[in-house]
Amino acid sequence: MLPKKTLLATAVIGAMLATAANAETLRWTRSADSLTMDPHSQNEGPTHSVNHQIFDTLIYQDMDVEYQPGLATEWSVKEDEPTVWVFKIREGVTFHEGQSLTADDVVFSINRARHENSDMRGLLTSIAEVRAVDDYTVEVETSEPNPLLPNNFTNLFIMSREWAEEHGVEEPQNYAAGEETYAVRNANGTGPFRVESREPDVRTVFVRNDDYWGIDHYPMEISRLVFTPIESASTRVAALLSGEVDFLQETPVQDIERLAEADGIKNEQGAENRTIFLGMDMGSAELRTADTDDNPFADRRVREAINLAVDANTIQRAVMRGNSQPAGMIAPPFVNGYSEEMDEVLEADTARAQELMEEAGYGDGFRVTLNCPNDRYVNDEQICQAVVSMLARIGITVDLEAQTRSLHFAELAREEYDFYLLGWGVPTMDSEYIFNYLYHTKDGDRGSWNFTGYSDERIDELTVAMGQEIDEEARNEMIAEAWEIVHDEILYIPIHHQMLTWSMRDDIDFQVQSENTPHFKYLKFNQ
Amino acid sequence: MSQDVQTRNDTAPVVPPKPSKWRTFLDSDIVYSWKRQPVVILATLVTLVMFAAALFAPWIAPQNPFDPRQLELIDAFAPPMTTSDFTGNFYLLGSDSQGRDVFSAILYGSRISLLVGFAAVIFALVLGTALGLLAGFRGGWRDALIMRIADVQLTFPSILMALLIFGVIRGFLPRSMHAEVAIIVLIIAIGLSDWVQYARAVRGATMVEKSKEYVQAARVIGLPARKILFQHILPNVLRPVLVIGTIGLALAIIAEATLSFLGVGMPATQPSLGTLIRVGQDYMFSGEWWILLFPGMALLLLALSVNLLGDWLRDVLNPKLR
Repeated sequence: MLPKKTLLATAVIGAMLATAANAETLRWTRSADSLTMDPHSQNEGPTHSVNHQIFDTLIYQDMDVEYQPGLATEWSVKEDEPTVWVFKIREGVTFHEGQSLTADDVVFSINRARHENSDMRGLLTSIAEVRAVDDYTVEVETSEPNPLLPNNFTNLFIMSREWAEEHGVEEPQNYAAGEETYAVRNANGTGPFRVESREPDVRTVFVRNDDYWGIDHYPMEISRLVFTPIESASTRVAALLSGEVDFLQETPVQDIERLAEADGIKNEQGAENRTIFLGMDMGSAELRTADTDDNPFADRRVREAINLAVDANTIQRAVMRGNSQPAGMIAPPFVNGYSEEMDEVLEADTARAQELMEEAGYGDGFRVTLNCPNDRYVNDEQICQAVVSMLARIGITVDLEAQTRSLHFAELAREEYDFYLLGWGVPTMDSEYIFNYLYHTKDGDRGSWNFTGYSDERIDELTVAMGQEIDEEARNEMIAEAWEIVHDEILYIPIHHQMLTWSMRDDIDFQVQSENTPHFKYLKFNQ
Repeated sequence: MSQDVQTRNDTAPVVPPKPSKWRTFLDSDIVYSWKRQPVVILATLVTLVMFAAALFAPWIAPQNPFDPRQLELIDAFAPPMTTSDFTGNFYLLGSDSQGRDVFSAILYGSRISLLVGFAAVIFALVLGTALGLLAGFRGGWRDALIMRIADVQLTFPSILMALLIFGVIRGFLPRSMHAEVAIIVLIIAIGLSDWVQYARAVRGATMVEKSKEYVQAARVIGLPARKILFQHILPNVLRPVLVIGTIGLALAIIAEATLSFLGVGMPATQPSLGTLIRVGQDYMFSGEWWILLFPGMALLLLALSVNLLGDWLRDVLNPKLR
């Protein structure tokens, strides 16, 4: 790996830093806690954020969202076998409870994440077989060539087979069914921090893993990390202002200015890899909450009317105070397949929307419930309220049900919603991920977040094909075609791409990461 | 009547007229005590004004904050006493993040707060009185069962009970009904969490009354138990119940505000005072103080004056409780 001299130098510097910052505690807050510590149960931002401190992945995206080697040191497609990816596993890595990492644990973890309980399996549908060639080499065979396979591993945490077997957690927790397993509240990873204690929704304390394989490679200045989720926006800000916490991950948009002016506190801002949108069940014959005996969402004209009535620009101005980018498609600009033309925001037009409603036979409107999380996305409930009043103008009476995200996502997963708000980030930076989860027909593996009931053969074909096509140009054509189809169908109502603000004590050196995943091993204190 | 006669016959000899009911009322201990306490007079005035404002909200408020069509998102965060450049609407107490007029929202919100408060108190009162009568009059296993349930419930804070009941009732209802019945569920949850004190007071009083001679006499002449209970005992145990009820109204208003503040009560689209405070607290640091301050003041005034009135009424009606 590293040349000996550099290694020594890094070790010395590392030791110096470690002494200098020996007892540095960082108190971290954001609006919501991780849903579970089971690393493969949920594919969800705050959950991954916590798990990234405890576990490692084969490959991860660093603070600049560049792909970096984690537990894999090298990866490449096997020569002459385009369907096989070979991963070299880092040697000398141990889990927090002492087990040493081998290729077997990696095979186990990938297969665990392919289990039907796992929300991560949508990323792994192309895999046919995973095998350990020797103690430190893993081969992943895909059914068709998959040029982007490593991108799908950035949130795939590696756990110990021995530990999982010991505690009976070989299968991921079934989150939708409310299952409790040992892995939900206990974790044994190889990551930079160990869990010292955890009380869900109250406090999780991490301590630095001094045996971390990267201890000399990363700043690792935090010795103790205390994570306290605080749901109320003003309490969260008050906690930072009063010095009760050091790092605030999701700064409420209304408080950005106030915190910028406060002494000893600074804001870091950037675009987030996440788009907020509304989804509608257009597949069911009859809606659950509507007062009609048919499904108005099944009519494209109704969807177009909603799209025209929801005024993303006003939401950006009034609800987000300018801290968002109104969207026309549900892919953020970083993503391969993004097109400025499609992302253009429609001018809101209530009169035309009303006409469309009448054409569709809903001139008198209808009533439906909108489900919304109230602690997941920036001003999520406020966005929904704005939507309620915008849709009221075209005769749609919307009952708003806003609740905490653990309930929202569980009920969404059980397909209980007609009309819902969702945000989608694209960790693979490629449209295939979006089609795979949000547009493909909902079957066992793919389309697991497609609660619209939309099913289109051509989209399914294209989704599968874009996961396999090696020729970049042909692949990008497929992506463009797929976007064209879904854009025309108006399957979702895009609202905006989220902007991200992190606020912190001003002696902290930490940039926002567009995945909104802070890797605290990179955090530095300015002495 | 007698006053009318008096005005017509000025020259008639002055016979002390039979005091009217109104006169009797004005001369009563209650009014005497009321007139001597400026704080109570003030509390009465505030309560009356707020009741009237809530009652006549649709005629006073410039906007119906429950009708999403009337909200102008573009006017969001208008400061108090400003006229919007976009829509020309005037915002007396400012507007919130949805362009909702804070003044109108307070009027409509106190409507919900008062409605829930009154209904919950009546619900708790009726339930508690019925169970207390039954327990006190019948005794035996009914008494034991009812009072043990009451004891167990008393060990939980009532807001926790209300949260629990709220959650359970909602769990049984189909999703499409949630928004429509939110207010009824809220009334039942607060009422159910609050019946115990009525039941205990009534039970105690019933046990005392039960052994009195008039009840025994009624029994001896063979009146059915139902009749004795409702015609003879009930009127005599109602006084403490009404006193608890008056104080309970302030508590119920606060309970509703607490639940809505916690986000389980009224939805943000039909805000009560508690919901308005919950929404407003997000803007505590950002300079939009009016979103939190005015609903908070309204709740404070309402709860304080109703509470003062309740305390005063308790002192007048039932000096033993002091």
